[in-house]
Amino acid sequence: MKKSLTTMALGLTLAAGPALADLTIPDLSYRTGPYAASGIPYSDGYQDYFTLINERDGGVGGERLNLIECETGYNTEKGVECYEATKGQGALLYQPLSTGITYQLIPKASADGIPIHTLGYGRTSAKNGKVFEWVFNYPANYWDGASVAVKHILDENDGDISDKTIALLYHNSAFGKEPIRTLEELSEKHGFTFTQLPIEPPGQEQKSQWLQIRRDQPDYVILYGWGVMNPVAIQEAANVRYPMDQMIGIWWAGSENDVAPAGARADGYKALAMHAVNADFPIYDDLQTYVVDKGLTAGAGDQLGSVLYNRGLYSAVLAVEAIRKAQELAGTSDITPAQMRDGMEALEMTEERMTELGLPGFGPSFKVTCENHGGDGLGAISQWDHERGTFELITDYMQSDTEVLDPLIEEDSLAYAEENNIDLRCQ
Amino acid sequence: MPDQVLFAIEVTLNGLMAGVLYALVALGFVLIFKASGIFNYAQGVMALFAALTLVGIMEGQVPFGHLINSIFGTDIHGFGWQVPALLAIVLTVLVMILFAWAVNWLVLRHLVGQEPIILFMATIGLAYFLEGLGDMMWGADIKTLDVGLPQGLNTWIDETTFDMFGYGFFIDNLDLSATVVAALLVAGLVLFSQYTKQGRALRAVADDHQAALSVGIGLNWIWVLTWSIAGFVALVAGIMWGAKSGVSFSLSLIALKALPVLMLGGFTSIPGAIVGGLIIGVGEKLFEFTVGGMIGGATETWFAYMLALVVLVFRPQGLFGEKIIERV
Repeated sequence: MKKSLTTMALGLTLAAGPALADLTIPDLSYRTGPYAASGIPYSDGYQDYFTLINERDGGVGGERLNLIECETGYNTEKGVECYEATKGQGALLYQPLSTGITYQLIPKASADGIPIHTLGYGRTSAKNGKVFEWVFNYPANYWDGASVAVKHILDENDGDISDKTIALLYHNSAFGKEPIRTLEELSEKHGFTFTQLPIEPPGQEQKSQWLQIRRDQPDYVILYGWGVMNPVAIQEAANVRYPMDQMIGIWWAGSENDVAPAGARADGYKALAMHAVNADFPIYDDLQTYVVDKGLTAGAGDQLGSVLYNRGLYSAVLAVEAIRKAQELAGTSDITPAQMRDGMEALEMTEERMTELGLPGFGPSFKVTCENHGGDGLGAISQWDHERGTFELITDYMQSDTEVLDPLIEEDSLAYAEENNIDLRCQ
Repeated sequence: MPDQVLFAIEVTLNGLMAGVLYALVALGFVLIFKASGIFNYAQGVMALFAALTLVGIMEGQVPFGHLINSIFGTDIHGFGWQVPALLAIVLTVLVMILFAWAVNWLVLRHLVGQEPIILFMATIGLAYFLEGLGDMMWGADIKTLDVGLPQGLNTWIDETTFDMFGYGFFIDNLDLSATVVAALLVAGLVLFSQYTKQGRALRAVADDHQAALSVGIGLNWIWVLTWSIAGFVALVAGIMWGAKSGVSFSLSLIALKALPVLMLGGFTSIPGAIVGGLIIGVGEKLFEFTVGGMIGGATETWFAYMLALVVLVFRPQGLFGEKIIERV
């Protein structure tokens, strides 16, 4: 509600005079509807970081950040409407937090020359910058996630999983189907048996699938879910007494929202992570001083430090760092979307830089190039500790299996290039 | 007994339990349609609103807390007390009665005599309003609902069936609770409609509005009563589904599960809602078990609608619905 009032006030201000800021970033959020519980913390983290930069630093390179929020309700059509409504306002970057919306925006944003950044979601083969000039998915993608999950399973089994069965329980949508090809390839490579269990969205009823899991007893269940599907899956796993530590969710199935309804029974549940999952970072002191204490939080201010708040924060951090790089390369603070793309293609996040930002150890180091829009593809495993009420990282960041993934990305992206008559770049 | 037969029996039992949960949602639709001819699009959102209110009361949350904090710059979130589940349920029922009264006073009484499609459109508006109201009152974060119902594998059934067949059946304690609650609910509704003055009045209005009015039955009062009962049924459905998945705004989507049940069972029959729910529950689970794996799975949603469509072809009024004949 606080956000709504702020938005209303901002709207009136904008209507009354010229824009107050030069670096415009739309936030295609979802604070209403069935996926609001996940959309709110992400958007809060995203917006609070931009507010922090404006309040503490006066913007980036002297230019204040102008955030335009547009409600999508996690609905693809509304997401496209939001894009069309905001792109003419000088939008530098879109981070739509929806694979469905991303797929629709890829051709549009490519034609309009506006970068899209899909952190850990979207079209995986967009990692190939030679084909997808305007789309980025660093620091890791869905296929990296599947590969890191299998690596963890390999580690737990001394490198031999040839006698194991891994089931993929997935949201029956473009998002959920993303890791299938990767897991098929990895199954061939490591010899494990791979089974698939689709769940029809939204996923409130999963009894059939969990009865099958109870009967077949796969050694591991990899969960690619979103929204209500996740807590139901974890509840049903607990109901059929499936071992929680043999269940590994993608990072979109690894938030407090997902484990809360199962209570203590979710203890030990694992999920992939591409960044830290708690609030033990100096940047939170600044957020408290410049955002919370001033009453400028995007939402109710009750989401700070949650997994999805951190993800929104991380998305915003990477956007701001790309803006800095773009300003440096262009020699001007008032950058264009094309210059923003250049900045993103030259982005390098090092531990030293993360420490300067007040985020030591928050995420792995990675580098983006013209050819590689997906970063290094590192992921870690987090585990839910019910007693402490937090996820904890239980592994170091692991490199995904590039030997398997790179050819798949090449194949899929080149097919896209051929279908759309795209000339390869970065040659 | 062959494993496949045992699995099929287990799937059937779980399908029956799932069917009861579908029927709980469908019942609310039937009650309102039967009494007023309105297809209440807001029924799913009513379940969500009721569950949100229940959790909010149980946790001592201040309604409209975010709004109050935004306007007055305060930082209040809770009253600092917890309310026992039973008392919270009673208070939530009172809220749903108040809601029923408000719907009738502010919306329905102004639309008496309008075409059914107008009333349907009004309920669409009502659904979106109620969703926004729920958001403002209680917030959009996911909430855990625990009214003390047991959850998880029923050990007795598991062990008994294991001793008998060498394979323990999985039955969820929550589903068993839902079955008992649904049985009590239906029995209560039948007793109410058969043996109370208000129940008979409700049936009279359902049969013929004009005739009921002519013998002095107040239509407004009956509509408030009907929406109150539907609100109570929504609360029960909200508790059962909310205990499974947590209370979040996706709870409103449970209405999608009720539609094929209504199409199959008929929009005007309480037994139809129950039987329809059971048929859909068992049908979709058995289809997924036997055929799903061969065609890529995730068949349950479309199979339920397909089954309902097949019934519609042969019995447009549903298995238990009343055949409406209009003479010109």
